[in-house]
Amino acid sequence: MNHLSLIIEREYLTKVKNKSFIVMTILSPIIMIALIAVVAYLSQINNNKERTISILDESGILKSSFTDTESIKYNILENISLEDAKKNVNENEEYGLLYIENFNNINEIGEHIKFYSEDSPSLTLMSDLESKLEKKLTDLKLEFEGVDIEKIKASRIRVNIAQESFIGEKTSKIDSVVKLIFGGLAGYLLFMFIIIYGNMIMRSVIEEKTSRIIEIIISSVKPIQLMLGKIIGTSLAGITQFVIWIILGGVLMTLVSFVFGIDFAQSSTGQQELLNQAMQNPDVNMEIQNVITAFYNLPITNLIVAFILFFIGGYLLYSSLYAAIGAAVDNETDTQQFLLPILMPLILAVYIGIFTVIEDPHGTVSTVFSFIPLTSPVVMLMRIPFGVPIWQQILSLSLLIGTFIFTVWFAAKIYRVGILMYGKKPTYKELLKWIKY
Amino acid sequence: MNNLLEAHAVSKNFGDFTALNKVSISVPKGSIFGLLGPNGAGKTTLIRIINQITMPDEGQVILDGEPLQAHHIRDIGYLPEERGLYKSMKVGEQAMYLARLKGLSKSEAKTRLKYWFERLEIGDWWDKKIQELSKGMAQKIQFIVTVLHEPKLLIFDEPFSGFDPINANLIKDEILRLRDDGATVIFSTHRMESVEELCDQIALIHESNKILDGKLIDIKKQFKTNTFEIGIRTSNSSLLEKELSQEFKVSPANFKTLGDALTLNVKLSENDLPNDLLSYLTSKGEVSHFVELIPSANDIFIQAVKNN
Repeated sequence: MNHLSLIIEREYLTKVKNKSFIVMTILSPIIMIALIAVVAYLSQINNNKERTISILDESGILKSSFTDTESIKYNILENISLEDAKKNVNENEEYGLLYIENFNNINEIGEHIKFYSEDSPSLTLMSDLESKLEKKLTDLKLEFEGVDIEKIKASRIRVNIAQESFIGEKTSKIDSVVKLIFGGLAGYLLFMFIIIYGNMIMRSVIEEKTSRIIEIIISSVKPIQLMLGKIIGTSLAGITQFVIWIILGGVLMTLVSFVFGIDFAQSSTGQQELLNQAMQNPDVNMEIQNVITAFYNLPITNLIVAFILFFIGGYLLYSSLYAAIGAAVDNETDTQQFLLPILMPLILAVYIGIFTVIEDPHGTVSTVFSFIPLTSPVVMLMRIPFGVPIWQQILSLSLLIGTFIFTVWFAAKIYRVGILMYGKKPTYKELLKWIKY
Repeated sequence: MNNLLEAHAVSKNFGDFTALNKVSISVPKGSIFGLLGPNGAGKTTLIRIINQITMPDEGQVILDGEPLQAHHIRDIGYLPEERGLYKSMKVGEQAMYLARLKGLSKSEAKTRLKYWFERLEIGDWWDKKIQELSKGMAQKIQFIVTVLHEPKLLIFDEPFSGFDPINANLIKDEILRLRDDGATVIFSTHRMESVEELCDQIALIHESNKILDGKLIDIKKQFKTNTFEIGIRTSNSSLLEKELSQEFKVSPANFKTLGDALTLNVKLSENDLPNDLLSYLTSKGEVSHFVELIPSANDIFIQAVKNN
């Protein structure tokens, strides 16, 4: 067993000391943050540009509904013909002209509003204008029909169905979204981790084969020890990299937003304004409260324990397969044929997680796939925030561990024979034969 | 217990292919044992079984009186034919790692490595990367990590490949010195001249079967053909050649003489005595050359393989 720790130590140190690994570890978050900063900065510039929109309201009943905002200035035109107005707007390089023709009928006014502009106007701007006009026209129409608007406002009732499970846990729609985010994040993290570091393990096995050191090593240690040492050492290096990424990313993010004053939250038009409005609305305030309570309502302990167990189980399962592939071939180009059957269930798991778990976290499809060992780590991690009975989790985990032990045994067999085979790419049939050696 | 290693009827199949068929060998303590055979005969499989890299289907291997067990790994040093090192690691780091895998403590490994690095005059390589070294240089390091933990049994598979003659000699002397210090050596090679120089005992494996084994001297006796190389100066060479060929089997010889002596290989039959031939020759002229032809390891190898 002393050997195992030695192997882990070597694998870890050579990975961590590797130049490209160091460069990747430091550069990735920098590039990521730089990219986000650039995007945020650009959209900020975009937002900061003040737009002027001229309004020619011949009906005279709608101009009161436009008030200037930070990014849009409304210019109300009076006593001017449409042609002159168009010319004016064009000459002053304004963003556009909103033309409201006069009719006797409010419906007709609504149907004949036009917007003139040089380029096609932005979608958010248009829908913003439309909703403003609709609201005003609806109010006017109601007033015209003799309906008291105040009464309508007063009689508006908001319904928010309070969800509660039979054992008394309170949930809500917001809850589901929070759960979805947590589950999706966990599942996706596992998926990325398997692909990045599984490949790394595979390459490191191939390296030992091509450098011909393998026979020297396995005259001292058992192949299975070497394989496990490799998997564990590489995973530790992977975790180190991940942690550095998160810390470095966080620090850089704060630094960038502090130094350059870029607000990462404000990345697209209108969102900020919407959010500001929402904050003043007591209903939305309630919703935010809900998000926070939803977060606290998550089965946190269960989530963390399950995350660790399924993460380790799923990762070891896949990485032992990667190691076996590395042992079976001589160079990386030959791995494609064997990688496909591994990637298929992994990708399937992510799709099932995204599509069916959202639809119905406890439906047949998601339940079944959260038991099948090759897909269960990802799917189960996505389901758990929605509350999965403990017996299901234990059953799924036992299946996973059982399969994991079988795969490690199977991979070790292929590994043991494969690392000493040089020259030709084996077929699946030959791989099966190796198990009997 | 006189044998350090005994293999009893070891068999190994890979699917339908038989790599070893009931092969038994005994390697005496303190000897250099030559494991010979053509390519693909099964030598490497046998060596891997001794190293517990592959498990035999049948038969067992006894090391120092005990059936092979996991802890015996420390008693064996193995230099495989297909050998390399981690390219991106430094020489010293790598040697330390391999030494510690053999069970040496950190400090012990360091002391011994320093000693061996000085001994093979590579002390200043410690911080070099493997990829900066030539093949021969890397071989020296592999040799060192093979012998570093002072194993009872050393297995060398083609140890001289990649060495220039000077370094090959250096390694040969080290192998002999290790033998004198009490190690037992199994030596697998195709270079028959080094077998001749080094081996006390040999075993020949051909197509998965052992076809020959024993002391090299005994095998040579077994393969001797009672043939003598003669060189003689006489007045009538052709007459003498004619007379000799009536009596014995005669063939042209292959050695250089000064002058015009008659040179022949003369094969005696079992009842003939060499002395009788010699006295017959002395009566005919001036004998300048009279040597018994001893079969070389090369001859034995080729003949044994052909006969099978």
